[in-house]
Amino acid sequence: MTKFMEWLTVIGCVFCIWAALVTNKIETSFTRDHYTSILFSPIIALGLFGVYAVTTVLYKTFTFNNCEEAAVQLQKEIEMAKDDLKQLGFNFKN
Amino acid sequence: MPDALTTNKYSILLPTYNEVENLPIIIWLIVTYMQKSGYDFEIIVIDDGSPDGTLEVAQELQKVYGTSKILLRPREKKLGLGTAYIHGIKHATGNFIIIMDADLSHHPKYIPEFIKLQEAHNYDVVTGTRYVGDGGVHGWDFKRKLISRGANFLTQLLLRPGVSDLTGSFRLYKKDVLHKLIQSCISKGYVFQMEMIIRARQFNYTIGEVPIAFVDRVYGESKLGGSEIIQFASGLLYLFDIHR
Repeated sequence: MTKFMEWLTVIGCVFCIWAALVTNKIETSFTRDHYTSILFSPIIALGLFGVYAVTTVLYKTFTFNNCEEAAVQLQKEIEMAKDDLKQLGFNFKN
Repeated sequence: MPDALTTNKYSILLPTYNEVENLPIIIWLIVTYMQKSGYDFEIIVIDDGSPDGTLEVAQELQKVYGTSKILLRPREKKLGLGTAYIHGIKHATGNFIIIMDADLSHHPKYIPEFIKLQEAHNYDVVTGTRYVGDGGVHGWDFKRKLISRGANFLTQLLLRPGVSDLTGSFRLYKKDVLHKLIQSCISKGYVFQMEMIIRARQFNYTIGEVPIAFVDRVYGESKLGGSEIIQFASGLLYLFDIHR
């Protein structure tokens, strides 16, 4: 099963359960008492997921390592490489 | 460990296009770090007809370091990355292949770390990752980081590949594994790198990760435009449909 089919299956199952509850195919005292919540639950879930996604991405963007040290080290090594290569008889074009 | 040192050989593939300034530096760094760690290695430069004279510089470097350390396998014109690897593997004498960019964004100091991790777990693939541990990037502004993190979030959510960095191209492969993977991949560009990992998962190959500091191009231009984003999105959908 591809990841696409996996997603389709899970979303399909959740949708069927939700549709059965909303259309009163499954009816209990709980569904009667919480009908509006159940009706809007997909939108609520989507909204909550959106908040989670945005928070995660923003948090990871702000905490993305800047690697300043690595850049400084590389600059030093570039100079070392140039000096060493010249000594080995390599001619730089510019 | 000493046994591994005497039997394993690492072929480092460097596909180049207009890297006249970077090539001497990257080769110096590779030689320096590989000699320090004592692993047997060779560098295979695959230049795709660079007009800036990259090949001439490579020839000069070959004179400095010798033809057993630096092999030149140029091609006439710019062809795909996948075919560059195939072309390189054909001439590789090592049993492990390391692929990396020649633009100094992938630092050779990580190669010994890749090798140690591979040896410790006998991994089929070891890949560098910018997204976990001490990994990271240098030279990216907020927008670029945001796009990168967003794309990575989406990839992880949809594909759950079990690897944190799919678009990176700093990796170590067992030679036969790389060969089989390239032959089963059909994507181009950097979606190719993503497909390599997804296919590796399908074949149940084991994959290890080493955090790397990615220092964006010191010389030359770095690109991330609308076309790259479209390429990524369509690639993701393609993988979404093939990944099991």
